[in-house]
Amino acid sequence: MIPTAFEYASPTTVEEAVAALAEAVSHHRDVKVLAGGQSLLPVLRLRLAAPELVVDLSRVEGLRGVRDDGDAIVIGAMTTHDEVMRDPLVNEHDLLLALTTRTVADPQVRHRGTFGGSLAHADPAGDLLAPALALDAQLVIAGPSGRTRTVAAHDFFTDLFTTTLDEDELLVEVRVPKYTGWGASYQKFNRVAQAWSIVGVAAAVKSDGGTIGEARIGLTNMASTPVRARAVEQALVGQPATDEAIRAAVADVTAGTQPPADANADADYRRHLAGVLTRRAVLAAAGA
Amino acid sequence: MTAVEDRPGDVIQDSPSGGAAGRELGRARRRKEDGRLITGRTKWTDNIVLPGMLHLAMVRSPYAHARITSIDTSAAQGAPNVVAVLTGRDLDDEQGGLPNAWPVTPDQKAPRHPALAVDEVTFAGEAVAVVAARTAAAARDAAELVDVEYEELPVVLDLEEAVTDGAPLAHPSLGTNVSAHWVFDSAEAGTGDDVEQAIARAREDGIVIERRFRQQRLIPAFMEPRSTVVDPTGEQLTMWSATQIPHILRVMLAMVTGIPESKIRVIAPDVGGGFGGKLQVTPEEVTTLLVARRLRKPCKLTETRTESMMVAHHGRDQVQRLTLAATKDGRVTGLKVDLLADMGAYLGLVTSGVPILGAFMFNAIYKFPAYRFECTNVFTNKAWTDAYRGAGRPEATFAIERMMDELAAELGEDPLAVRERNWIRHEEFPFTTVAGLEYDSGNYEAATSRAVELFDYEGLRREQAERRERHDPVQLGIGVSTFTEMCGLAPSRVLGSLSYGAGGWEAASIRMLPTGKVEVVTGSSAHGQGHETAWSQIVAERLGVPFEDVEVLHGDTQVAHKGMDTYGSRSLAVGGIAVVQAADKVVEKARTVAAHLLEADPADIEFTDGRLSVAGTDKGMTLQEIALAVFAAHNMPDGVEPSIDADAVYDPDNFSFPHGTHLCATEVDTETGAVRIRRYVCVDDVGEVVNPLIVEGQVHGGLAQGIAQALYEEAIHDDQGTLTTATFVDYLLPSAVDLPHFVTDRTTTPSSTNPLGVKGVGEAGTIASTPAVVNAVLDAVRHLGVEDIQMPMTPQRVWRAIQEAVPVAQEESR
Ligand SMILES: Cc1cc2nc3c(=O)[nH]c(=O)nc-3n(C[C@H](O)[C@H](O)[C@H](O)COP(=O)(O)OP(=O)(O)OC[C@H]3O[C@@H](n4cnc5c(N)ncnc54)[C@H](O)[C@@H]3O)c2cc1C
Repeated sequence: MIPTAFEYASPTTVEEAVAALAEAVSHHRDVKVLAGGQSLLPVLRLRLAAPELVVDLSRVEGLRGVRDDGDAIVIGAMTTHDEVMRDPLVNEHDLLLALTTRTVADPQVRHRGTFGGSLAHADPAGDLLAPALALDAQLVIAGPSGRTRTVAAHDFFTDLFTTTLDEDELLVEVRVPKYTGWGASYQKFNRVAQAWSIVGVAAAVKSDGGTIGEARIGLTNMASTPVRARAVEQALVGQPATDEAIRAAVADVTAGTQPPADANADADYRRHLAGVLTRRAVLAAAGA
Repeated sequence: MTAVEDRPGDVIQDSPSGGAAGRELGRARRRKEDGRLITGRTKWTDNIVLPGMLHLAMVRSPYAHARITSIDTSAAQGAPNVVAVLTGRDLDDEQGGLPNAWPVTPDQKAPRHPALAVDEVTFAGEAVAVVAARTAAAARDAAELVDVEYEELPVVLDLEEAVTDGAPLAHPSLGTNVSAHWVFDSAEAGTGDDVEQAIARAREDGIVIERRFRQQRLIPAFMEPRSTVVDPTGEQLTMWSATQIPHILRVMLAMVTGIPESKIRVIAPDVGGGFGGKLQVTPEEVTTLLVARRLRKPCKLTETRTESMMVAHHGRDQVQRLTLAATKDGRVTGLKVDLLADMGAYLGLVTSGVPILGAFMFNAIYKFPAYRFECTNVFTNKAWTDAYRGAGRPEATFAIERMMDELAAELGEDPLAVRERNWIRHEEFPFTTVAGLEYDSGNYEAATSRAVELFDYEGLRREQAERRERHDPVQLGIGVSTFTEMCGLAPSRVLGSLSYGAGGWEAASIRMLPTGKVEVVTGSSAHGQGHETAWSQIVAERLGVPFEDVEVLHGDTQVAHKGMDTYGSRSLAVGGIAVVQAADKVVEKARTVAAHLLEADPADIEFTDGRLSVAGTDKGMTLQEIALAVFAAHNMPDGVEPSIDADAVYDPDNFSFPHGTHLCATEVDTETGAVRIRRYVCVDDVGEVVNPLIVEGQVHGGLAQGIAQALYEEAIHDDQGTLTTATFVDYLLPSAVDLPHFVTDRTTTPSSTNPLGVKGVGEAGTIASTPAVVNAVLDAVRHLGVEDIQMPMTPQRVWRAIQEAVPVAQEESR
């Protein structure tokens, strides 16, 4: 379908972009940021949203790319999924993110869709939220008049399609601490390859000689926001990387979840899947 | 025979054109139309732009059943660039009713089907008004400003509920939800025995298997959404439409609107798929025509994907109750079929006939003496159903192939052995079935043994046993489907006996141009099948002209003035034969001219490799030289018209009966319910093959669609009747990565009913694959106590079935 008419701005700097947002907000105009458009355009075309202004970030230099910043890597909000999954720094230090990104949609979507757009969109079935949460990513946000703030992934996602981003704010970049040498696995469960996750489990595991030293686990689509399986993370510490030990340790994976129900899966089935997938993810991440 | 083995990257090379006769049939040519179709640089209907053209947008009902109490169009009328807003009432004097061409019984009930609803809407998405504006965006914006008030009425959505007493009525004015009741009984028809007796005997001393299967509702999901452009200026009104049936559409438009047929020209330009979904006369087409005529301006209406999914007709949607009787040693003695078929809210062009087409196929490749088929056509408040790839035959094939596996399970025998015991043996052809059809040929033994070999049947059975033995979380199952279908729709007299409103012939013309080029005009309107290539090959072979010199014209009623269009795997087996006959007439006409020019007796003229020569001499002329001589017409024999062009219309004597053996191995992850197709082998027998690449393509696409019914696709409605699967996020189609590498091969048992020996391949993959996959999944988990899983076999359904099953061993030990 054809979206409703909107004005279009195409700033070239973060300052200009934020100013355009602030200006619109101050006039009570409904404004939307356009990144890769892979989520926003369907929303506009189905007329689920009808912004008066669309601020396109595609010409903003400096929002794209990955850099090394000591104990973290920094990913620009406009870095595409394809760039993230191929990036050597991401693959070396945050393998979980690279592996997860590979499961997003198909090559066309991955060449357009962006890391920042995925996080800002906050679709509970989106795959990149869980690894961002599990890896304790920090989101750097720019607001009007040069204001910036940094929010932990843990605080960023507040509800279905809802984050702490204000209408006049821009997600600029994401700092992901390094987990160099950790094993990783993303277990995505869906019915056809380019469909969204029914449930996904992101696991990064640091193991030593067959014993799990540390684990980080994030769950996709098990609540209105991504869920961190902290109880399981703790239960795994010191466990041997065997099927039996992991099976026991992941038993509590559904604590704190509130899985949705839809045509693909009811809540019970999602809870069951979370258990199976967590075991598989941890086993794979631990190299077992 | 091209066996495409399990070798990824193995591409069949296009063989260069020799130009010589005799080498075109059977050649794996790449399709000449693909360049423009794949790049999209062609005339899709929505690409057509005419001067002063208006854009239309429909206002659609959000309710599945409601009375329209008022429509306020004033805000929309006043919106920028809007030219007109018309409601069903505004157009009611002209809109008539959309046609149903298949009154299956004399007392069939059918509501009037206005293009735009007038008083009542009976499914969600039904159009109630239309906006005409100068831009597509303005039309869409204004459509949202049309204020319609509805008074909701009770909805009936479920087939089985719809036939119970006191169920809400989809159309209260009809007084019932039953449209028709149609019965075939082999005892009554004289084609076999009484099925009740067979069942009674089996209950005493044999096996009776009773099952209820659900054929879920499917959405045809063609790639190009439907689009129509109507130009009312000039002497004739021209309609371009993304349709499979320009010829039938023209006839129907004349009947619906009263415009003389001779004043209507219908053009189906390149059409991006249909699968039966564009075998329809649609409210959108009629509305576009009426608005264009009223406003005296060209108009275009292109639907969105979601509109397409909501209102373009759906497919399948049946409840099948089956009773199979067999002897203790596994010989089928009778089959009783009791169907409920969901028509949806209206009867489209062939809605009512789709389940009836299946009536002749439930007995499939088997010979058993007693058969009864009973079908109740039922209205519900959902989009109407109609033809969808296979139309009636996939449902029938699914039912019988599932039942054969159930019989094998009951007997504890190999499903292939049970089938072999019951199928028609090669030496028994021609064979008249219990449903009254005469199968001309078939070789089920050959196809099956080749499939078994390619599949490594024994090896997979061993692996299956091992996995069961060690309680592997991933279980393996093998599914069999030995199918046949009726293709080449259809002998006109048979259609007449089934009360269908039209014939089943096809037309072709061949025009020999003076420059040596050949135009082939076909009434079979292609929408992705590759007719241009296949017809060129037939003509190149038959006339001995280079493939490149043949141009195929179709889809425009002013160019191809006669035709029955494309559906029911009929194009080659009917339309292709018309082309052959026209070509043969060209040669005969040329022979007369050649004899005259070469000063010989016509009986002495030989035709080989495109050349007409005098026997025993080196005197001769090519057909193309004769075409030029006839164009000049300086020296024609007395009384002979200066033309070697020819027309032919072919009406088949019988259907053709392709068959094949499909074997599917699935891995079922019992922890999650996920199903993965491990291996898929099919050996199809489609008779002689004109172009193996096209056959391969049809088989692959068909398999994908049939597998998708088994595992992925389902149109779902909420309690109110709103379609909740109206985008591809919710209506799941598999893509290449979700499908296995198909191992395909063919056996060739020519059809004896047409001169090419061809049968048809358009639907084979779809018909055969669904039961193969379902049987395979069930075979993987049957030992856990699972007897059936409804389609689509989603992971959740598979997992839950395993959870709820009582393991066979455990049950026995109780
Ligand atoms: C066919 C298809 C399949 C898909 N499958 C998957 C899948 O399997 N898994 C998955 O995770 N995703 C999937 N996606 C979504 C894809 O990953 C999107 O790219 C992503 O969700 C949004 O990224 P985008 O750059 O396209 O953002 P956009 O669509 O441009 O924007 C999305 C939202 O975020 C806001 N936004 C974007 N950037 C910023 C910013 N820098 N600051 C503030 N707000 C911002 C926008 O205003 C908008 O509300 C799929 C998409 C499609 C079309």
